[in-house]
Amino acid sequence: MRKILAVFFIGVFGYYMLAILMDFPFGIDHLNPGLAGAYLKDTVSKTGAVNVVTSIIVNYRGFDTLGEVTVLFLAATGMSALLYDGKTMNRSRQNASVIVKAGSRLLFPLIIILGAYVFIHGHLTPGGGFQGGAIIASGFLLMFISYRNYHVSHRILSNVESTAGSVFVVLGLLGLLYGATFLENIMPLGIPNKLFSGGLIPLIYIAVGFKVGAELTALLDTMLKTVK
Amino acid sequence: MVYYIASLSLILIGLYGVLVKKNLIKIVLSLSLINAGIHILLIAIGYIDGRTAPIFSTPELRPEQMVDPVPQALVLTAIVIGLAITALALTIVIRLYDHHKTLDVSKIRELKW
Repeated sequence: MRKILAVFFIGVFGYYMLAILMDFPFGIDHLNPGLAGAYLKDTVSKTGAVNVVTSIIVNYRGFDTLGEVTVLFLAATGMSALLYDGKTMNRSRQNASVIVKAGSRLLFPLIIILGAYVFIHGHLTPGGGFQGGAIIASGFLLMFISYRNYHVSHRILSNVESTAGSVFVVLGLLGLLYGATFLENIMPLGIPNKLFSGGLIPLIYIAVGFKVGAELTALLDTMLKTVK
Repeated sequence: MVYYIASLSLILIGLYGVLVKKNLIKIVLSLSLINAGIHILLIAIGYIDGRTAPIFSTPELRPEQMVDPVPQALVLTAIVIGLAITALALTIVIRLYDHHKTLDVSKIRELKW
């Protein structure tokens, strides 16, 4: 009975979704010239970044990204608060094989370098702070699952995280101090397509990369230690 | 068109899982599926035939050759929030399991309404 009802509901929902989507045929130009067109036209001259998506996220909607970082931070804090039960536990799993251990030790630095590359070049290539941070955390996850007693100090992680978060806010306040608005770009724009371009965008994305990497690493460590 | 169908199927499969499945982890997985489907749908709506990614990596690229950047920026935000939601939901599932020793929603009596 429950399944039939669910299937019926899903059928109705799917039919109407499809009916709405028929008004937006796939691949047709229905780009809003006032918003998306302006972003595409003015990004390089106004922000100095060549990646339009990055410039929207960090420059035009930088305040929104500060809120996004805060949401991630709140989720990590909430998780730690829910999982912490007063006693420290070890990750109780058997040791990985020699091949996995040697391979992950070899790959770990390369993964960290890839993550750093992704967040430093966020204004030039597809990528950015969130993606780079996630790659760095995946490198730490590899070490966690191959070495049973691989230890990361939570104090260092939370220091990195809070420093990076403060750097973001301080860069925003500098905009208020030397410019007119919060997070206004106060640095020279540079030559587009060079590493030193885009004003504040690379600095903010480096801070976000460190913050997300530290946050996700701490989160993975907490979750792995909780599983019995 | 195939992207619309794929994203819609992901959303509907996720909806089915949320409505029918009893295992809490499967419900969280279904929520993740809905999330992924919505991301693909938004990106597909922003796509324009024959155009490229909105990155001016070579000087010859003109704004008229690029797809809509706004849905991509929104989806980047949504992915991060989706990750946070999934992690938090799984944490709550771990705590519920510790308390009730079961993952079956129908056996967790206090959740009935």
